[in-house]
Amino acid sequence: MASIKLEQLTKRFGKVVAVNNLNLEVKDGEFIALLGPSGCGKTTTLLMIAGIYRPTQGKIYFDDVLVNDVAPKDRYVGLVFQSYALYPHMKVYDNIAFPLKLAKVPRKEIDRKVYEVAKLTKIEELLDRMPGQLSGGQQQRVALCRALVKEPEILLLDEPLSNLDARLRIETRAEIKRLQRELGITTILVTHDQVEALTMSERVAVMHAGVLQQYGPPDELYDRPRNLFVASFIGDPPMNLIPVELERTDGRLRLVADSFVLPLAEEWENMLGQIPEASFTLGVRPEDVRISTEEKANALLGEVFLTEPLGGGTLVHFMFGEISFRVLASREIKMDVGDKFWLVPDQSKLHIFTKDGLSVREVGRRDAQ
Amino acid sequence: MFLLPGILLIFLFFLAPVVITAVMGFTNMDYRFQWNFVGFGNFFRMSDDFLVPKILVNTLVYTFGTLAIFNVTFGLILALLTTSISERVGLFFRALWLLPRFTPPVVYAAIWLWILSPTRNGLLNGLRVAMGLNPIAWISEYPWGVIIVTNGIIGASMGMLIFASAIKAIPRDYLWAARVDGASWFQEVRHIVLPLIRWPLMFITAYQTLSLLTSYEYILLITQGGPFHASEVWSLYAYNKAFSAYAGTYEFGYAAALATVLVLIGTVASIAYWKMFRFREMMAPPRIEVS
Repeated sequence: MASIKLEQLTKRFGKVVAVNNLNLEVKDGEFIALLGPSGCGKTTTLLMIAGIYRPTQGKIYFDDVLVNDVAPKDRYVGLVFQSYALYPHMKVYDNIAFPLKLAKVPRKEIDRKVYEVAKLTKIEELLDRMPGQLSGGQQQRVALCRALVKEPEILLLDEPLSNLDARLRIETRAEIKRLQRELGITTILVTHDQVEALTMSERVAVMHAGVLQQYGPPDELYDRPRNLFVASFIGDPPMNLIPVELERTDGRLRLVADSFVLPLAEEWENMLGQIPEASFTLGVRPEDVRISTEEKANALLGEVFLTEPLGGGTLVHFMFGEISFRVLASREIKMDVGDKFWLVPDQSKLHIFTKDGLSVREVGRRDAQ
Repeated sequence: MFLLPGILLIFLFFLAPVVITAVMGFTNMDYRFQWNFVGFGNFFRMSDDFLVPKILVNTLVYTFGTLAIFNVTFGLILALLTTSISERVGLFFRALWLLPRFTPPVVYAAIWLWILSPTRNGLLNGLRVAMGLNPIAWISEYPWGVIIVTNGIIGASMGMLIFASAIKAIPRDYLWAARVDGASWFQEVRHIVLPLIRWPLMFITAYQTLSLLTSYEYILLITQGGPFHASEVWSLYAYNKAFSAYAGTYEFGYAAALATVLVLIGTVASIAYWKMFRFREMMAPPRIEVS
């Protein structure tokens, strides 16, 4: 097994900067995810780690050994492609055995290892088939087998679940997590699906436009997004993001946008007091709002505009003038369009971002340093 | 119904000449263009023609020699090399190699005549003289080498084009996967690229066999089939009989019989390839039904 360290990694394709000054550490045996929208540079990063792309700048270390000039075949990396890339002219057995054959492993040994890894992913009965005869889920398992059979030190997964149907995806998610834990192999998962990233990995690196936005455990990304991009990207249903003005009336701070007026609790006084600006973006997760029929402190009165039953709960849209505000309500509360409720956002879970998109909490922390 | 114009065209330009040639093969037509039918006379004459066995062997050596060395192997090497380097440089080399295809055959042949000239002014002999060696009469000393090289260098470009586009059509994930799996460049070519361009390889082999069987223009222009029929192939022999036979006799009848035999050889070769390479498996049923 191996740890990975990326130092100021940059990849340019002509004038396009695909990955910009990326610093990232992955511990030995850790499972991390590179998460971001398509074109954010996550696959490029993965291919640089695999040795297929050469970095334009920066360094890649495996276990503190510089591997920039090491050929892919000498990196002991297993890679599962989004397309699976199973060789169409080889049987499943030969696909899995291919890395071992190239390494000149004795035939008996190959046989033993192929069956072992096939058993691990429960595809023993498919070994005689051609890739074209397999379903997507089966192909995915074969690709995983081929990556694992050479017992790599690092496992790289490029969108391994995106071609599977919803149900199979949930099963495979758990399966990959189990395998990773059993084998204790350092793993990097590339995905655009936040649920995949949050459920499978120990730490998530959110990337946008080639730049690392935030790197931390799922809870941290969810509870303390460093900036507007992470806040908007993580969470389903997505966070309410409302451009607001900070006002001070009767010695109290309020965030105002159109008819949306939210009084702030005193704890915010210190943090916002240091910032000279008056324009902010307020972020409130739909699940961080209580719904009440009675007036409460620091609450706003809203009228139900639309309801979306989600099964477990109901997503309720309130309108404040032009501003739509989504709240996740429990099923017990009966509500119809036009009903009025008091909305009480959890003040400790509000997210306020400056004009530059940085969380106010970060500004405070940075000043403290 | 919609196919009718197409069928007519095929009949007019493809089938009719074959039929006319075959019929002409049973006459002793000469410069007077008279249809005097002589039965199998021309074919009996062919079996007695002391040159025919030599020319048959020449044809086979020329066709399969050029095919094996240049049109398939060298074309494949060019395709592999030009797709392994940067796109722009590869494109430049491929374009360069195609140039002789755009130039008139006579110019191409003239360049070779200069390169191979037996005098001290030829390119090769000029180099030899500069190195203190004696000039060589390349064309009469090595007629086989000359016709295979001159045809092959131009012929390789076809295979190069088809193979290069087939290689570029291979999803790069396969090649990347192979690289991560531990393959060197040669192993990548052997285990991934070659199996995946199997069909174009077979197609070029079959197609170029047929086109080499019937091509003679560079041989005509460079060696004239000589010296003493040493490099004369079947199609050139037929041409010589028809158009440049001794003292302008124009033996169209005999030439047509020779051509008919060549058509038969070509047909047999096509059927053999068809069976051998299982081309039928390559064909998908049409997706649109036409009634």
